Amino acid sequence: MRASRRIRSGFHFTWMMIALILILILPFALAVGLSYKSGLLFQEGGGLGMLFSSDWRPQAGHFGFMPFIVSSLWVTLIAILLAGPVCILSAINLTYYAHRHVSKVMQIVIDILAGIPSVVYGVWGILVLVPLVSHTLGPLFGHEGSGYSLLTGGLVLAVMIVPFILNILLELFRTVPPDLIDASLSVGATKWQTIKRVVLKKTMPGILSSISLGISRAFGETIAVLMVVGNVIKIPKSIFDPAYPLPALIANNYGEMLSIPRYDSALMFAAMILFVIILIFNILARRIIRGSEKYI
Amino acid sequence: MRTVMFLCTILILIILFIILYSIFKKGMPALSWEMISQVPKGGYYLGKEGGILNAIIGSLYLALGSTVLALVVSLPVALYLNTRLVRYGRLTEFVRFLMDLMWGVPSIVYGAFAFTIMIALGIRASLLAGIITVALFIIPIMLRSMDEILKTTPRGLLEASISLGSTYSEVSYRVYLKQCLPGIVTAVLLSFGRAIGDAAAILFTTGYTDHIPTSLSQPSATLPLSIFFQLSSPIPEVQNRAYASAVVLMVIILIISIVSRILANRFIKHQIKH
Repeated sequence: MRASRRIRSGFHFTWMMIALILILILPFALAVGLSYKSGLLFQEGGGLGMLFSSDWRPQAGHFGFMPFIVSSLWVTLIAILLAGPVCILSAINLTYYAHRHVSKVMQIVIDILAGIPSVVYGVWGILVLVPLVSHTLGPLFGHEGSGYSLLTGGLVLAVMIVPFILNILLELFRTVPPDLIDASLSVGATKWQTIKRVVLKKTMPGILSSISLGISRAFGETIAVLMVVGNVIKIPKSIFDPAYPLPALIANNYGEMLSIPRYDSALMFAAMILFVIILIFNILARRIIRGSEKYI
Repeated sequence: MRTVMFLCTILILIILFIILYSIFKKGMPALSWEMISQVPKGGYYLGKEGGILNAIIGSLYLALGSTVLALVVSLPVALYLNTRLVRYGRLTEFVRFLMDLMWGVPSIVYGAFAFTIMIALGIRASLLAGIITVALFIIPIMLRSMDEILKTTPRGLLEASISLGSTYSEVSYRVYLKQCLPGIVTAVLLSFGRAIGDAAAILFTTGYTDHIPTSLSQPSATLPLSIFFQLSSPIPEVQNRAYASAVVLMVIILIISIVSRILANRFIKHQIKH
């Protein structure tokens, strides 16, 4: 082997190792950094009670995260309830019923939707959904309001996670062996029965994990939700009330937190909560898939 | 049931049209040549003259810088995960697992993390800080999408090249890279789109100015933030400009999506069929 080739090969390998080590360190640096900084919040008392307190007065040193956690959970729940069924039904339709061309066009539609930046979703939310909730949906259920509400946030989020979940589901349904479907059809089951009893049963773990990934995606979405959700620090009583999810809390206050003691640690703790919840859902999603692979 | 399923599919299509229609309808009237060719002049945020060229250029710098940085880190790792490191199954699985987790971490967490480090080190908000933050946030996306493509390369290609005496770096960059070029280009453009559209990671790290940055240590305006700030203004003209800026951002994203489709189709002819 000529020396120059060996040198080049060595160079590439070294560079790759450096990059790999960087990549391996990053998640741990993130976890350590977040926990160190948010740990400072707990040094002067407080404790985990902060998670369940709704007293948010940074100037007085009171950091109750309850309103933010509840808001985040509600927004995510609304989004997943709206997006989940739509995604599952369209994925079935696109895989088993729709014409080839329709599927192709929809793939482009999904790709475009997935590429739209979150701030544009936010602008759309303000332009279309806020008036819709304020003038149509709200009065329909007897709620007057500005339209900046949990429901609006949930709607925007639902649209944002549709391409994400749908892509995973389409991939998932493609992996179902055609033999299974043929076998079911040949013993006299109708197409719909086959889908319900064979396809959905077989892909159930995958569907659950795609939903779980969707939840983690929705939970951390910042700008689009922040723009339409109203940002009022109060535990929301109905879906037409404004809310204040965790990512919005971080985004709105990070600039001015330096003047108030422990405020930055409180915001890092909010980031930590996000990080942990999202890790849990991601690991859960993988577990479901892993667990199901064993007995199928 | 079929009707419901059909309606769900159509609903997605309709939503895309509503999004495009409402953004373009509201933004087009406010969009002018002046807006995309000038930087903000005095009183721009009160509805006076100027444009958002600073934000357009800033966003392009930011997205380009972070994509290149992320590419430099993730391409070698993605290639080697499928060539040199393929025999260390534990390690490759662990890297993939970590990257999947990091993909799920929201950009606001990256932003907050980077900002805390910047404060600790005494660094001001700058283009460079933004580029590094966004690179951290798109590395998992880029790495995993490249990896998924590279995984599909037949193993025989690796074995054949190695047995002919090529080094692993040659297999990686001459065979695997060429074989998977369409997918890799798509992965890079996808990450570029992410980088240009993200607002949460750059909210604190990149800052905002009215002029075009001339060095990496200067703060820089970006399109998503310019939309965000203009929209929170109470003045209708400024709000309309936010919609126009959204049109600009949308057009950039659509161009990226079209280009990636064309490139992916073009590079496909270098592939070895199997």
